[in-house]
Parts: sequence; structure tokens; C-alpha cells
Amino acid sequence: MPWRLLKFGLARSHPEPRMFTHPDVLKSAYDVVIIGAGGHGLASAYYLARDHGIRNVAVIEKGYIGGGNTGRNTTIIRSNYLTPEGVQFYDQSVKLWRDLSQDFDLNLFYSTRGHFTLAHTDASMRTMRWRAEVNKHFSVNSEVVDAQAVHEAIPHMDMTAGGHAPVLGALYHAPGAIARHDAVAWGYGRGADQRGVEIHQNTEVLGIETEDTGSGPRVKAVLTSRGRIETRKVLCAVAGSTPRLLNMVGLRSPIYIRPLQAMVSEPIKPWLDPIIVSGSLHVYVSQSARGELVMGASLDPYELHGTRSTLDFVEHLAARMLDLFPSLADVKVNRQWAGMADMTPDFAPILGKTPVRGFYLDAGWGTWGFKATPVCGKTMSYTVARDEAHPLIEGFRFDRFERYALTGEKGAASVGH
Amino acid sequence: MKVMTCPVNGPRPVSEFAYAGELREMPEPGAASDAEWAAYVFNRNGVAGIKREWWCHTPSGVWFIAVRDTVDDVVLKTHLFGQGGDAE
Repeated sequence: MPWRLLKFGLARSHPEPRMFTHPDVLKSAYDVVIIGAGGHGLASAYYLARDHGIRNVAVIEKGYIGGGNTGRNTTIIRSNYLTPEGVQFYDQSVKLWRDLSQDFDLNLFYSTRGHFTLAHTDASMRTMRWRAEVNKHFSVNSEVVDAQAVHEAIPHMDMTAGGHAPVLGALYHAPGAIARHDAVAWGYGRGADQRGVEIHQNTEVLGIETEDTGSGPRVKAVLTSRGRIETRKVLCAVAGSTPRLLNMVGLRSPIYIRPLQAMVSEPIKPWLDPIIVSGSLHVYVSQSARGELVMGASLDPYELHGTRSTLDFVEHLAARMLDLFPSLADVKVNRQWAGMADMTPDFAPILGKTPVRGFYLDAGWGTWGFKATPVCGKTMSYTVARDEAHPLIEGFRFDRFERYALTGEKGAASVGH
Repeated sequence: MKVMTCPVNGPRPVSEFAYAGELREMPEPGAASDAEWAAYVFNRNGVAGIKREWWCHTPSGVWFIAVRDTVDDVVLKTHLFGQGGDAE
């Protein structure tokens, strides 16, 4: 046991600095109120304070920091999407990710692994080719590789997938990475906290007051379980509860909630370097720094506002995993969990301004919000500070549905093509 | 939820059923404005609660209505369309 730790354990007082301060008093007014202290909300608070000089900010959280989808995803970071909007947006995000550990002075265990999206049919080979070309056009490192190259990179994978779905090739994305997701929320939270942002946990939003200005409604105040807060700007970043918050300001949207489940195996020795995804088999897997295999599949088949886990999910995912990696038959599943995903009809998020002035939305992330955390914080803080949408999020506008101008993002996780 | 009761076939494993969204009222296509039609096509009531939903028992092709609590995942009632006893 290190000497310092022993001394710390025997000491009467514990002067170690805490990650966050816990503000006791909720003030009656703030310049900006951010609802949701997940990665997105905290990143927005961080960049508001650091880049835009807006520090009189409260982040309101019903539960605890990073307790929602920030701590429930499978931590994959990539930018090999299909639409130009998606590719440019995520490429910015990947670039931000690389410097984040330095920025925070906190180890995020950011680990570049390479990312294979397996193709089992001619049709999916065609989609991979399409994605690779869109990616290359925006200088994102993606290429189609053949079955031989896949086999050489992952020699212990069954290239026939149990005999029923032979691997014909893959989309290979070298910058694909994983990072420790809790640390991302903590890093942003600490950075924001140090710059004067107040993070109020265990504080539930009960309602949002608006007033009519003649040219439509605008935000006036937020009602919370600890009192009323006057504010002109509210940023809503609450995946899983977005429809409820939208109801509070009288807006309707296409967002509906479905659970996305995941599981991890017991820790094993370093065994799998790249991240493997198969849309046809509905599997994605990577190995964490702790040695656990982190696995996910597709969305649950119907709407649900809960985070229950099912045996069905484990059975199906384990069967698909064994198709690809029969040698894992004796490895045990350690934990499983679920998160509530905001789904949209075009699998793209809904970001930016809304018809209610001063109410900004960061929602509809579906299955792919974690990897967007830095760029989302950057672009949403810009949008909130200037009251105009950042150019990178123009394609994700709230009103795109009533204008019939959807952004079909089929590069989202485990969406069949 | 592991078992669901089909109004025709009785209790069956939930894997035999397909979900088809909440029961919604379609505006008159000829009379609706573009905005009303877009709202019908895209917008959903995503808030948690007890909802009336379309489900299909896929092996037999029976379409029916289920009244389900989307928080607890409990089906309160299933019936064929138009036979629920209240307005549809």
C-alpha cells in the first residue's frame, strides 16, 4: 500500500480536493439554466464558461452527474457516418476528443483502436463503399477492406459467423476509439465548476414558465423542486425525458423513447484490439481498459420509459457473439443494463433553437450521443451564447420535419441497411 | 412483459408480437394543411403513460389494440379494433 494512502487513511481530516463543489443555495436567477448534468449538458456549461465568458450558469440535474446515458453507453467514438452533416459533425468531435485529457488534466483512457464494420452481404458491401466515399470526401480516414484483411486483423474471429453470414469485407475506420465515459462527464463538470458554473444535483425540474411577447412565446423561468429560477435561456439536454420537457413549453416533436441495452463480460486478458460492429448480426463489441468485453445490440422492439434489462437481450446477443467468437463460450456475462434513447424518424439528432425563444434543444441522439459530447458542447454553447444556430448543426434543426427536409442518417449504430 | 394476450389466440410469448406504434387519428388528407399533415406523419406523443397501441400477432396476422403502461411495461387490456367498449 502506498505510504501516502496509508497516511491519508489514518488522518483525522481529509483535505483532498473534491471533484466538484456542492453549492447549497439555488439562486433566484441565472443567465442560463441547463437541464441535465450528463456529458452534453456539462460540456455545454464548460464551453459557455470557457469560450463565451458566460459563467452565471446553473446545471440542474434530477439524479446525479453522468447517471443517465453518459454512464450507460458502450463508449465508442467514431466519425464514419453516412450523411455529409453527420460526417462533418463527428469529425470535429473526434478531433476535440484527442485533446480532451490535456484540456481537463484528467485521464480519460482515450484509446484509438480502429473500427471494423463488417459486411455480410453484397448490399452491405455497397453501403460500406458509399460510406467510405462520403468519408474520404470529407478527409475522414475510412476505407473498404476485403475479407483477407479482416481475417489478418482479427485472426480469432470466425469469418463465416457460424456458417450463416460469411464476412465479405468491412469498412475500416482507423480513428475509431473508446474512452472512459464517466470521466468525460466528471472532466467537463469539474472544468465548468472551476469556472463558476453551479451544478445542482438532486434537483428536479417541475415546469417551465413562458410569456407571450406578441411574436411568440419566450422562456421566463424554470420551476424546480428547490424553487423558482428566473432565466431567459434554457438548454434542455435530457435524453429519455425530452418529450416531457417539451410538453412543459407546449412543443410537439417526433421524439419517442426506446431502451437500448448493453452488457459486459467478466474481465479477461487483452484479447481484442479493434472495435467490431456487425449491423446484420446486430452486434458491437470492444474490450475496455479493464479487460471486460463491452457488448451491445439493437434497440428494444417497442416504446418503453424504463431501464429494465431482459434475458431475451442477453440470449440473442450472446448467440450472435458466439457466431463470431466461438472461443468465448466459457466467458461469463458480468452485468447488463439499459438506457433510454431519444429516437427520431431519420436517426439524426434535433439540435438548436426551437419555436419558443430562449428554449434550446439538445435531443434525439438515439444510439449515438456519447461520441458527440465535445462537439455538441461546442456548438450548443455557441448557439445559446449568440442565439443563432452553429453552422455545423444546421442540418439537425427542430423544424426540419414540418419542412419535410429530413437528414437520413443510416450510419447510426446497429441500424440495418 | 413476457406474455401478451392476443384477442384471438390467447396468451402467447411476447416474441410473437410486433409493435406498430400508438393509435392516432389521421386528419382528412385532402383538407389538412401541409403543417397539419407533417405533424400527423412525424410527431409522436413520446411522454410516458398508459397508451393505446397497435400490435400484431405475427404468426396469425391478427392486428389488435393493446392498452399498455409504458413505464412498467404492463399490458392492462387487449382487444380487437372497434371492440374496446369505448370510442376509437
